Amino acid sequence: MDVLVTQVFNGLSGGSILLLAALGLALTFGQMGVINMAHGEFIMAGAYTAFVMQQVLGAAGLSLLVSLPMAFLVGGLLGVLLEATLLRRMYHRPLDTLLVTWGVSLILQQLARDVFGTAGVDVPAPGWLSGPVEVLGFSFPRSRLFILALAIAAVVALSLALRLTPLGRRIRATVQNRQLAESSGISTRRTDVLTFFIGSGLAGVAGVVLTLMGSISSNLGTSYIVDAFLVVIVGGIGQIKGAVIAAFVLGTVQSWVEYSTTASIAKVILLALVVAFLQARPQGIFQVRTRSLA
Amino acid sequence: MNADYLELTDLTVSFDGFVAVDHVDLTVLQGDLRFLIGPNGAGKTTLIDAVSGLVPATGRAEFGGQDLLGRKVHRIARMGVGRTFQTATVFEELSVLQNLDIAAGSGRSAWTLLRRRRGVPPSVAEAMETVGLTELADTPAGILAHGQKQWLEIGMLLVQDARLLMLDEPVAGMSGEEKEQTGHLLRRISADTTVVVVEHDMDFMRAFAKSVTVLHAGKVLSEGSVAQVQADPLVQEVYLGPGSHTAEEAAIVLGEGV
Repeated sequence: MDVLVTQVFNGLSGGSILLLAALGLALTFGQMGVINMAHGEFIMAGAYTAFVMQQVLGAAGLSLLVSLPMAFLVGGLLGVLLEATLLRRMYHRPLDTLLVTWGVSLILQQLARDVFGTAGVDVPAPGWLSGPVEVLGFSFPRSRLFILALAIAAVVALSLALRLTPLGRRIRATVQNRQLAESSGISTRRTDVLTFFIGSGLAGVAGVVLTLMGSISSNLGTSYIVDAFLVVIVGGIGQIKGAVIAAFVLGTVQSWVEYSTTASIAKVILLALVVAFLQARPQGIFQVRTRSLA
Repeated sequence: MNADYLELTDLTVSFDGFVAVDHVDLTVLQGDLRFLIGPNGAGKTTLIDAVSGLVPATGRAEFGGQDLLGRKVHRIARMGVGRTFQTATVFEELSVLQNLDIAAGSGRSAWTLLRRRRGVPPSVAEAMETVGLTELADTPAGILAHGQKQWLEIGMLLVQDARLLMLDEPVAGMSGEEKEQTGHLLRRISADTTVVVVEHDMDFMRAFAKSVTVLHAGKVLSEGSVAQVQADPLVQEVYLGPGSHTAEEAAIVLGEGV
């Protein structure tokens, strides 16, 4: 029983981290179809934003709360910069995009090493996030609960925004049919930039959260980018709810396999499972179905 | 004379040397319901693509006194030029109401985009009524019947305040009754807008066209009323092949009244 509860919680917790890392990608890769290898470095930028905020503000609690919107802004602006300078020239050229954004990711990593040094830095968690919470005799780390809550909040906020606001409708309209959107008077250029801003901003938020998990360094992004892509692909391209389910399923599977083997074996088994799953369902968990004639 | 009219001067579209629209001059006045007909590959759809900015063109395409060519697609749309596509093209995963909302709100500022709007704006409600989709407001557009999708497209043009409507085969795949309804809808709309319809359906054309332009190989072949165009020997030749034809033969392809 003990093991069961702990493993389920570890699964949810791992899933929520995966989800935060992948949510922005679900927008930029899933909705817009841009393969952005620098997404991981936007996460890293968010983490370093939290570090800088704490250096400036001192108080851990305040700086964490300020870091979340700041990191969203930093990630978002990096994304807009990348979109406006490079990506807009290579829509519909996925291979070029892949290489170029990988180059950008290497540049950003080197930049981080130059500015913050090669050693990892710590961002101490505020007092109200350290230590466990006791529920029914089980203890759960507060920081993990905070991450879980934040991940859920981010998903709810994003799906409400996509569903209810005119901006969200515009994003969905542009994704579904670019020509029709333009002919309906939507500036798809502006919509692309805004979508990229939000997606990259979410990466920044994920970065802040990762500072609660341990020390951060310039290669923080590389350890999450592959998992993030896995989540989006398994979930089904363009489906936020798919990404949510995929993140929690992958998190749970990983935590169980890790429990009975080691971390690297778990990774191998997880990848094998994903490959097998995609053989059976190449479109991911959810597929877009319509009665479209086109 | 009305200020709103479409005037194409020397409009030319070429793809890698293939001239799809070849120096076309065309004027459509407000209140007109102009049908563009012609055999496959005549350049009908390319012509309205060029006017709506989807393909680059040379020459002039003026609407309401302003040249449309060279502007961005969404700018042209916001100038009051609306078009539909050959296969019914709507945002499949959005509801009827949301589809109309997108078309209605294209000019909104970034700030209002983030606010959740309550209620249905009167223009949207009115358009929904006009195209007869009020009862389906919350239905996802993807599961509408084919004819209803076409009407939704027309409704989207109405809420956009389009003053020039270009419709690409609006009655393709519709039943007789649906065609009839669509025809009356177009008649009503065209009273105070400029409407251009690309159509292959000759019966529909005869029943509702106010004027007709025949395109062939990218050029204007003939222009005038339905009767004038049908009687034109050049038009008969394009549709029936070279040589002289009997009135009966022409009537089969081009319809009665030749």
